Order: sequence, then structure tokens, then C-alpha cells
Amino acid sequence: MSNQLRTVFSEGLWHNNAGIVQLLGLCPLLAISNTAVNAIGLAIATLAVLTMSNFLVSLARPLLQPEIRIPAYVLIIAALVTASELIFNAFLPILHDRLGIFLPLIVTNCAIVARAEAFASRHSPALALIDGLAYGIGFGWVLVIIGMCRELIGTGTVFAGMNLLLPTVSADGIRVADSGLLLALLPPGAFFALAALLIVRNLIRDRRVR
Amino acid sequence: MKNESVSVIAGTLRLVAIATLAAGIVAGAWHVTRQPIADNLHAQRMAEFAAVLGDTQFDTLDYNTPRIIESPHGLPGTAPAVIYTAYQGGELAAWVFVVHASGYNAPIQLMIGLRPDSEVIAVRVLNHSETPGLADDIERTKSDWISSFDGQRVANASDPRWALRQDGGEFDSFTGASITPRAVVQAVRDTAAWAQQNAVERLGLVHDE
Repeated sequence: MSNQLRTVFSEGLWHNNAGIVQLLGLCPLLAISNTAVNAIGLAIATLAVLTMSNFLVSLARPLLQPEIRIPAYVLIIAALVTASELIFNAFLPILHDRLGIFLPLIVTNCAIVARAEAFASRHSPALALIDGLAYGIGFGWVLVIIGMCRELIGTGTVFAGMNLLLPTVSADGIRVADSGLLLALLPPGAFFALAALLIVRNLIRDRRVR
Repeated sequence: MKNESVSVIAGTLRLVAIATLAAGIVAGAWHVTRQPIADNLHAQRMAEFAAVLGDTQFDTLDYNTPRIIESPHGLPGTAPAVIYTAYQGGELAAWVFVVHASGYNAPIQLMIGLRPDSEVIAVRVLNHSETPGLADDIERTKSDWISSFDGQRVANASDPRWALRQDGGEFDSFTGASITPRAVVQAVRDTAAWAQQNAVERLGLVHDE
């Protein structure tokens, strides 16, 4: 069991990472990674939806049959995304406004339906839940790293607006430089940041192979 | 053939069960969040009104029943313009216009508070898609620029002071982005001039002198 757990985590966090290995969910990954706070917000929402959808899909296994499994996943994921959108709107309204359309668009994140099909529909609810956590954290750390890099290069600051998530923290963030390179905040910056991360990932993988 | 139809019915029933579960999740979340969301929306709108009304004293504001004027209305933007009216003791205290400036990427939704003599109380940007880092200084949270409208008056729609400095006016531009501030200045100018000319006749708002 503990071996299985280790496999689940190493797959989700690194070897089969949704963001930098499977390259799933690129649309929110590239669009919302312009600041660290936005990235953390979307990472939390995606993590919650992925974990719950894995758990519920696994619970619903007795009801699944091949012909209806895709509509069943869609129903479960759509319900969870709608619920998380309502919860963000109620309790983190400013972050909800900043994430905008990308919060409801979690429903189209292929990483979630991929885990439902490839794992949750074939394993026990407990293991599916852990798999959801592992892949959610795996997607989340990629999102947050890209968000931090883009914000730092783009504005010279990281974690600006952190008070949206933690009301006690300063809104100013950590200032490293006085100004930044605007390109990093614009859409091309997202592609450059992802490409840089993929280079690092490939270097590490190649070194391990040797 | 018979087996197939049994499997279709079974599949339908199972899907109905899952749909019921999904509907339950949404209903539960809606039930828990309904009140906080309504409160947030109300607080957010009140904060916006408070910002553009400044120190204006008012006891009633028609924020549930504003006047909506369809295009062509002579105001900035092609979308319908929304006009809220604040009263103090039955007398007109201020107007709040929601209009759209023609931004670089998309219309910029502006909320403009005006006194009955069309002096600008304050302006806020409600919504925009301008380039981040370059033109988003129109947001109050990013810069004080939008406060340069506070207390300004407009002589008429071609008032030369109501332009960017580089165009011979009195308003600052942004480095590398002049289309956005120019659009906002023109929209506020046109709204104030419109209010001066049309408010009484088109809105039937007679302010007792």
C-alpha cells in the first residue's frame, strides 16, 4: 500500500505531472499564471475540484457502465466546478473577479477528466482521493512557479495582492526590483515561462536516464 | 436486441441517479452561498457608489430602478447608458452615469458621479480589458490618475482643457499608452457636457434653483 501511495505521488507530482509532462490544462495554466496570487487561487480551486471529482467518480463506480461513463464524469465535474465557483464568489469575491472566466473553465481542464477515466474509475475512493490530491498539487506547483516567475520578471514584485487570500498579509508583496519586463505579464511571457520549465524538466530527466 | 434495450434503460437510470447527485451538490452549494453572494454584490455596488459620490449627502438612490437610455443617446459608447439619481430631501443631489469609453482593446466601463451643475465628483473604472502594466493605471488600485477628474468642470463638449497634455490639455498620459487615457478623458468630458445640456429635458430632472 505504501508503495502504491509513493507511486501515486511521484506520478502526480513529477513523472506524469499534468502541467509539464502530460501538458494538459494548458489554457488556464498559461492564462492565469500572470501573478502568484492568481496562480495560487486557481491552483486551490483546481486541486479541490480534482480531488472531489476523483473521489465521487470512484464512489459512483457501481453506477458507471462504459456507454455512460463520459456523461457521468461531465455531470460530476460540472457540478463540482459550479459549486466551487459559488464558494469563491461568496467567500473570496475579489479573487473570484480576478480569476473571471477561468474559474468556471476548470470544467474543461482535461487533466480532471483524464484522472477520472484513467484512475478514479478503476480504484477505491480512498486511493482515488489521494491520486486527485497528488495530481492537483502537481498541477498547482507548476501553476504557482510560473506565476511567481512571471510576476517577478514582469513587475519586480512577488505575492502582490496576497491579502486577497490571507487578509492579514500585506497587499504590497515582496519587492525585489523597482520595475520589470512587461513582456512576462503578457501572453508570450506565459509561453516563455512554460518553455523554460520544460527545459528544466527535460534536463533533470535526461540526467536521471544517464 | 433485448439485452441492448435493457442496457439502454439501465444506463439511463444510472445517469439519472448521477445527475440527481450532481444537482444535489449544486443545490447545496447554492443554498450555502446565496446570502453571502448577495451581500458581497450589494457591498461592492455600495462601495462603487460611495466612491463616485464622494461627500455628497443623499437619502435616496434609485439603484434598483435606474434610467436606462438606449443608443443612440449621444453619450460615450454604443451600449445602453445607465443613469442613477441620488436625492436629498426630495431634491436632486447627484447623478451617477455608467457609460463606455472606447478603449484600446475593448470598451472601458466607467462610473461617473456628477453634481447637478455637472461638476465631476469622481470617476471609477468598473471594467476594462486594457493592457496590464501599460494602460491599467486607470484603475484606482494601480494609480491615482483617475482622481485627476475630481472636482473638474467642463465648459462644453469641445473644452480644450479636457485633453491629454501632449494634445494641449490638462490631463497626464501614461508612458507608452495614450489611447486609453485619451478615451477616458473624452468619455468623462462628453458625459459631463451631455449632462449639462440634456439632463433637464431628456431626463425630466428639474433641479429647483
